[in-house]
Amino acid sequence: MTIATIDTAPAVVPTELARGRGGGGPAPKRIVVAYGFWIFILSDIVMFSGLFAAYAVLSRNTAGGPTGSELFNLRNVFIETMCLLLSSYTCGLGALSAERRQPGRFLIFAAFTFVLGAAFLFIESSEFAGMVEKGAGPSRSGFLSGFFTLVGTHGVHVTSGLIWLIYLVAQVVAKGLRAAVLRRLLCWSLFWHALDIVWVGVFSLVYLMGDFR
Amino acid sequence: MLGRLTWAAIPFNEPLPIISAAVVVIVILAVLGLVTVKGWWPYLWREWLTSVDHKRIGVMYFALGLIMLLRGFSDAIMMRTQQTIAVGNAHGYLPPEHYDQIFSAHGTIMIFFVAMTFVIGLMNFAVPLQLGVRDVAFPVLNSISFWLTASGVLLINLSLVIGVFARTGWMGYPPLSELAFSPDVGVDYYLWSLQISGIGTLLTGVNFVTTILKLRAPGMTYFRMPVFCWTALAANLLIVAAFPILTATFVMLLLDRYLGFHFFTNDAGGNQMMYVNLFWAWGHPEVYILILPCFGVFSEVAATFSGKGLFSYRSMVWATLGICILSFMVWLHHFFTMGAGADVNAFFGIMSAIIAVPTGAKVFNWLFTLFRGRIVFTTPVLFLIGFMVTFVIGGLTGVLLAVPPVDFVLHNSAFLVAHFHNVIIGGVVYGALAGYNYWFPKAFGFTLDERWGKASFWCWLIGFYLAFMPLYMLGMMGMTRRLEHIPDPSWQPLLLVAEAGAIVIFCGILCQIAQLYVSIRTREQRLDLTGDPWNGRTLEWATSSPPPAYNFAVLPRVETIDAFWHMKRTGRAPVEPVYEPIEMPRNSPTGFVTAFFAVITGFALIWHIWWMVILGLLAAAVTVLVFGWSDDREREISAAEIAQMERAR
Repeated sequence: MTIATIDTAPAVVPTELARGRGGGGPAPKRIVVAYGFWIFILSDIVMFSGLFAAYAVLSRNTAGGPTGSELFNLRNVFIETMCLLLSSYTCGLGALSAERRQPGRFLIFAAFTFVLGAAFLFIESSEFAGMVEKGAGPSRSGFLSGFFTLVGTHGVHVTSGLIWLIYLVAQVVAKGLRAAVLRRLLCWSLFWHALDIVWVGVFSLVYLMGDFR
Repeated sequence: MLGRLTWAAIPFNEPLPIISAAVVVIVILAVLGLVTVKGWWPYLWREWLTSVDHKRIGVMYFALGLIMLLRGFSDAIMMRTQQTIAVGNAHGYLPPEHYDQIFSAHGTIMIFFVAMTFVIGLMNFAVPLQLGVRDVAFPVLNSISFWLTASGVLLINLSLVIGVFARTGWMGYPPLSELAFSPDVGVDYYLWSLQISGIGTLLTGVNFVTTILKLRAPGMTYFRMPVFCWTALAANLLIVAAFPILTATFVMLLLDRYLGFHFFTNDAGGNQMMYVNLFWAWGHPEVYILILPCFGVFSEVAATFSGKGLFSYRSMVWATLGICILSFMVWLHHFFTMGAGADVNAFFGIMSAIIAVPTGAKVFNWLFTLFRGRIVFTTPVLFLIGFMVTFVIGGLTGVLLAVPPVDFVLHNSAFLVAHFHNVIIGGVVYGALAGYNYWFPKAFGFTLDERWGKASFWCWLIGFYLAFMPLYMLGMMGMTRRLEHIPDPSWQPLLLVAEAGAIVIFCGILCQIAQLYVSIRTREQRLDLTGDPWNGRTLEWATSSPPPAYNFAVLPRVETIDAFWHMKRTGRAPVEPVYEPIEMPRNSPTGFVTAFFAVITGFALIWHIWWMVILGLLAAAVTVLVFGWSDDREREISAAEIAQMERAR
């Protein structure tokens, strides 16, 4: 019965310990889940950094094929970017209404977010299709391999974000905005905002710098 | 229908692989048959396969590592034997294409499925107990991580029977690993088994960083955490920061192989050296993912068995974090010969040498911890002492290799092989075995036999020196690594010594098996009824051996470092605590089912069976969706039940 040597007093800890030094005992579930998901997003961003590095190394290796400035249409990319940024704004509004337990408003904002995300994907896939049609597919050159992989991986993330959104909306409709569903929504909105951050990198490094060359 | 898979994939005409494969298959079938006949399936399924208990998962990781150690070791002894026989006019018993598979499989298995599983197993078992909490942050995710690792293991071993394994070395460098030069399934086995197990490892990293930073017993501030938890934190931060690079790199190589991309090809603007850079940007941190937790084990062992607190706890923590950061600044020393120029090489050479500083500080801390302590010479302490001597030698040869001009001479020689085995066996393996002997009584409620343990230590120590010191010399005599045939007969005597060393190490492994067998047979005499067999200092020793599923009936309250030692010193009156209901995660088949479909998907991708790929992916997605819908993931243990269980102990 060594367990009895353990202090039995309820876990009241002096505030100077709890604050900043981590002596306050296990964190509540909401914090743990969001924190863990943050760490996962960081790892995802590290993965993107590998793809960014590869693109940066290969961006001049066009092997006699088309360059970025010949292929990119900045007007389309701008519209695409606006769709994604706006979808983050509506996603934020949706998260706020979910926090305030307003399922109706949440569903409206979720719908806006979905439409904007889908528009982004539509523009991106028609850009990809156009490039492949011109003979500038990913197996044309090292530069295009890097481009399609980096931008395509972001697109795959947006796609899975949209599927996840549908799934969560179904949960909200079926179960209401209860604590477990709210935690999942929190993770999803973190994910969606992180995709924006990655896209800012893609927009600057790939499209803007590619066009300047 | 079955893609590239035909009967030709099974090597019927080659006696060696088909016989070894047949033996493995027969052993597996015998075990499965025994389990079925004895009716153990319900127990296994309920208590182990679907368990989300971090202690059970830790034990399963470690068991997986032990089994894979046997596989990796048999590869090693085959290579040693080939090199001692195939000298001059003789050509040995292994054809080149088979020998190349063996050294590739040996490296891959030993790094990913032995060293990694040992280290992750120990962290799984000990970290939540040391933190004084009931489980990791995400128990079901933990089970998924384990089963994805097991999927990788299954896939890599399938290559023994169906098809071939990579012939590229364990790093899989292009252009050799590109489709043009490795058109068969070997590299695909390598890539998919590591990709699948890598996802599992990444999720482990996420899980443990969250656990250590967000779930600790009340009062356990950062600077009251046991050093093993600090090293586990550093290792898992490295996993989170490094493994995604490997994932991205392998994705690129897979795209090259499957869809004709040009990341690393010779033509159309590919760049092979980019693979080498990316690979080692993961690979060097990986070295520290393996060694840091072992440093943690040795810190616990040194403090416990010398009966005093760890010397200079704070410098140990800062050294750990320093190594954690520096490990990302040295990757280029794996290929100084790339020709990046004197400035770049000088920077990476200096950074590599600097890592020796925090590591050296640690060695002094362990020495000063032992100094004037009442040292109990148990098996873990022997491993600690053997480690300190061996690892310092390995570290010094590492500092030598960090000097670019020296590296130009010794690059890819047997000297390098000796160096990294010196640090991995002398550091990681000794650490894992020390941890195994140290925590075994906590996991199973009885201690391991000391005589067999010590015999195994001496075999591992002597065997290591016999096996690898000759390789240092051979390296300086000009022998390159991975030789299937030895052109210079004057190397043969030293190779014979190395072979003898490998056999002594094999005796060490046999001693360990004997140790386990004898200990189980005599467990009644070696029961640990106190839960504290070593007079321990940290919280895992404050609960019973083996601990109940909830670890602690009442969360301990931490007031100092070495919290349990402090509790024993201050001698609290034994009072019956007030129990409160505990919420524990329910068992879940999610991990097992996900892994099942991961294996199917991986296998189908390797053999280009596209309908099966789609089916496997869909099924895996449905599994995740079903799990994501569930809300009822916890069960409550009532206060009365806990009181009953605690009194029963």
